[in-house]
Amino acid sequence: MRSYFSRKLVTYGLTFFVAVTIDWAIPRLMPGNPIQGLIARMTLPPGASQAVTAYYEKVYGLNQPIWHQYLSFWTGLIHGNLGQSIYVVGSPVSSVIAQALPYTLGLLVPAILLGWYAGNKVGAMAARRKVLDNTVLPAGYLLTATPYMWLALLLAWVFGSVLRILPLAGGSTFGMPPSFSWPFIESLLQHWFLPFASLFLVGFGGWAIGMRNVIIYELEADYAHYLEALGAPQRLIRRYAFRNAMLPQITGLALAIGAVVAGALVTEIVFAYPGLGSLVFNAILNSDYFLLQGIFLFIIIGVLIANFVVDVVYVLVDPRTRIGMQGGRT
Amino acid sequence: MPALARRPAMSTRREVLYFAVRNRKLVIGLSVVLAFVVIAVVGPFLARYSPNTIGPDVRMAPSAAHWLGTTSFGEDVFSQFVYGLQNTFVVGLLGGGIAASAGMVVGFVSGYRGGWIDEILNMITNVFLVIPTFAVLLIIAAYLTVRGVVVEAVFIGLTSWPWAARAIRAQTFSLGGREFIGIARLSGLSSWRIIFTEIAPNMASYLFMTFILLFGGAILIAATLDFIGLGPTTGGSLGLMMNRAVLWSALQFGMWWWFIPPGVAIMGVVGGLYVMNVGLDEVFNPRLRAM
Repeated sequence: MRSYFSRKLVTYGLTFFVAVTIDWAIPRLMPGNPIQGLIARMTLPPGASQAVTAYYEKVYGLNQPIWHQYLSFWTGLIHGNLGQSIYVVGSPVSSVIAQALPYTLGLLVPAILLGWYAGNKVGAMAARRKVLDNTVLPAGYLLTATPYMWLALLLAWVFGSVLRILPLAGGSTFGMPPSFSWPFIESLLQHWFLPFASLFLVGFGGWAIGMRNVIIYELEADYAHYLEALGAPQRLIRRYAFRNAMLPQITGLALAIGAVVAGALVTEIVFAYPGLGSLVFNAILNSDYFLLQGIFLFIIIGVLIANFVVDVVYVLVDPRTRIGMQGGRT
Repeated sequence: MPALARRPAMSTRREVLYFAVRNRKLVIGLSVVLAFVVIAVVGPFLARYSPNTIGPDVRMAPSAAHWLGTTSFGEDVFSQFVYGLQNTFVVGLLGGGIAASAGMVVGFVSGYRGGWIDEILNMITNVFLVIPTFAVLLIIAAYLTVRGVVVEAVFIGLTSWPWAARAIRAQTFSLGGREFIGIARLSGLSSWRIIFTEIAPNMASYLFMTFILLFGGAILIAATLDFIGLGPTTGGSLGLMMNRAVLWSALQFGMWWWFIPPGVAIMGVVGGLYVMNVGLDEVFNPRLRAM
């Protein structure tokens, strides 16, 4: 078990290192210069651009040798200094992200967990049951094949534009001051529901299909046939199959987190929900590269933490890892 | 002797075909995908407007003149749709193809050679498996000032191979221990020959299904990137249509014809591919056929 964790931790450490290096290297490798872009957006008197370029290069340390830039990128990172945002003038990137993060987490965590739970339950029920299977399977495939933003658009259109039951955009009613009062919480929940629902549905479809397929494999396994031959009730066999089928689904959860985060970003854009997604959208529209790089790091850290949590859960659930499976062989 | 050797191959091929045409999932999935291929190929001949020409008819609902209506700028939605659909297939084929090739190379080498090569490749695979590839694509695309469909497909392909590599590695690993591989090794064949003439043909169906899944995945990733505003700067795409629909308040104006068709197409193509994949699985895997 210790070697299992040390292996995982080495992978995560390496991943973090690679990710930070990518984050640092890409702006320096790509053609074009963010500072040039920044200056092109300012209206400067002729001749001033030279001085402003020099100023910004000094501020961001671009005039220093490459290895020095790389080291100071890391020290800045450790001190939580991710630079200044251009789009939200005068605010450091870290505080801009900190404001948006609760909204994104509030969407993601319930959507991932509930979608996974409900999908597994329904998928397990549908396996080898003709009528249910014939409805769950096509619905599941359609849902996983649906682009997140399109489902979000559909829901927004039907409930926000045609039926006018739920708000179309924003995180809470415009102009309402945040407080711990019931009207504000109600408004938060109303704005939260549609983005949550679209994330939940896409995930639900994928998990239901995955679970259904694994359960069918498990019901074909020798132990299931043996139990059947002994005359065990179907419910018992299914319960055993479900427990075994949970393991690949837990591993799958770790793999899926990155994709769900991408889904959350675009869903937020559709609803103009004030989380990281809208921030990414505006950062791109306004060429705010420092903000974009900061969000990238936050997503990496979040996904790594989530993966680690899933690993811990896996060890708790699967007794074989506790006895000393190395984790490398699949 | 050759006749004897060839006969079982013929009969398995005939058997696969026999089950293929009788498999409802495969037939339905394939027909949906082919229907969209036909639209993408024939569409440009039917489109009467160029996709980005600004016209006088603004925000028109679908009519005889504009089959799928017009945008807020008077562009013809049907023309944009048809050209976007073409690019969707390009991104899917190219991105899925690159990812499948990379996954095969890494998976075969890692699973067949083992040892420290396997350790290193496995570590790289694990690192790329954990990194949220979408975030990496986000950063890369944001810094590219000129983006084409091909460039987008290449980057998607280069970032989405890890799970394929891992799956192919596991398959290669189990095949590598079989007797016929040992015999091939004894006969002095080179590693690459063994991989391509002994291992790969024995998991051809698996490789093909991996490619189909990567194909669908590449389409979804491309649509997401395009939607976020990092799509091709040259040429249109289905994701870009949805991006502009949201930017120019199609929701508020109730212009459903602007954002429904691109989503239907993506869902149809990707869903068709996925369902086709399940059908293929049942055709190739006799244990699943019983149902």
